[in-house]
Amino acid sequence: MSVARFWRKQINRYNIVGTHCKTCDTHYYPPRNVCPKCRRDGDIESYKFAGPGEVVTYTIIHTAAEGFEMQAPYALAIIELDEGPRFTSQVVCDPVEVSIGLRVKPVFRKLGESGDKGMIYYGTKYVPDNDRN
Amino acid sequence: MSVGIVSYGAYIPKFRIKVEDIARVWGDDADILSAGLMVYEKSVPDLDEDTATIAVEAARSAVSRHNIDAKRIGAVYTGSESHPYAVKPTSTIVAEAIEATPVLTAADFEFACKAGTAAMQACMGLVGSKMVDLGMAIGADVSQGAPGDALEYTAAAGGVSYIIGNKESEMIAVIEDTFSFTTDTPDFWRREGMPYPEHGGRFTGEPGYFKHVTGAAKGLMEKMGTKPSDYDYAVFHQPNGKFPSRVAKMLGFTKEQIKPGLVVPRLGNTYSGSCMMGIAATLDQAKPGDRIFATAFGSGAGGDAFSFRVTDKIDEVRDAAPKVEDLLKDPVYMDYAMYAKHKGKIRLA
Repeated sequence: MSVARFWRKQINRYNIVGTHCKTCDTHYYPPRNVCPKCRRDGDIESYKFAGPGEVVTYTIIHTAAEGFEMQAPYALAIIELDEGPRFTSQVVCDPVEVSIGLRVKPVFRKLGESGDKGMIYYGTKYVPDNDRN
Repeated sequence: MSVGIVSYGAYIPKFRIKVEDIARVWGDDADILSAGLMVYEKSVPDLDEDTATIAVEAARSAVSRHNIDAKRIGAVYTGSESHPYAVKPTSTIVAEAIEATPVLTAADFEFACKAGTAAMQACMGLVGSKMVDLGMAIGADVSQGAPGDALEYTAAAGGVSYIIGNKESEMIAVIEDTFSFTTDTPDFWRREGMPYPEHGGRFTGEPGYFKHVTGAAKGLMEKMGTKPSDYDYAVFHQPNGKFPSRVAKMLGFTKEQIKPGLVVPRLGNTYSGSCMMGIAATLDQAKPGDRIFATAFGSGAGGDAFSFRVTDKIDEVRDAAPKVEDLLKDPVYMDYAMYAKHKGKIRLA
């Protein structure tokens, strides 16, 4: 990932900051500049999500992509936030702990790095919310 | 002007390795080591955790504990000897993650294990002079010990954040005074580009730890006209359990006074977070009116001593974020092979 590309969306990765259409009350993450439902009638505002959500579905990665070999096996899940949006995130735990419907909460972690010399990319991952499972 | 702690937050990774698992690899006697060091296990960061992620988690805990508007924070200083970048501040990452940017000053501090308390003193100056409304001082580390080195038995991971302010109505603890004692003492160092620190073995004790901790502690008590019995609790930098226990006795503090803050037997040495973690653990159980004496030590070398008076506000905010004891509970133990992987001691070709 280029430094500029990461930096442009940094605020959305450090905290779960997306958008909300005031016209149809739909939340978006990643953020959208235009509401795909309301089009030009839409009224988009920035929206910081509370953070918690649940696992919709998941897979366990055993053969990891370059840069992630040390973390295998790890769980990659589609998370549904309590406000509705869905996105893909790593769930940081023993993979046997992950299940469909698992309540999860956000944590601040390293997302990756560009080798030993490049930038370190930080952002949000998820862990099981043991108080709510 | 009065300055004090408005909020605090701690973070400890969930993984631990026992001293006996490290000793098995190097052929050492775990019982003798544990008894000598008074350390039985230490925390280990996850594969995707470093000083920046730990500092952010501690900072968020401090912000949420007292429901602080992060935009009021005019300074973020992070003390560590394991900043992820040689050039690029950890503190800007923290400030962005807690949404305190852009109107603030930020910088990283380094003074071995007392960089975090040096950051606290800087924040005291800034809020005391009203240059900023609130200042955040963090001590966080994923400390390094070379394979087979004595440090490997104690070098741990964790971080603590303190929000320092000047409004007495907000303070959970007033900082009554601080005193520092500093000399150029080469007891421990890490050269640029080197992965592990070097140390002077036994030389780290008398001319390093004990001289500077007693120098700072006695200096503060003389300055304030206080004595050990005036305090309900005491915290000293804890590279192991033996040193703080011994220095407490030398200064006239009792085992009961240091007990709540002595977290090193189950945590290890969190370096820049060490003394600050002990203060946090003590605040977790202190009552309004209690007085806490604390002295951090950093190799190189110096001591920072503080006198705190806990206020009524502590009862309102104490339970709003995880306590140190909560973070020490239910650890996940790992063997040396997994520990080596987590600490980056195994490198892929």
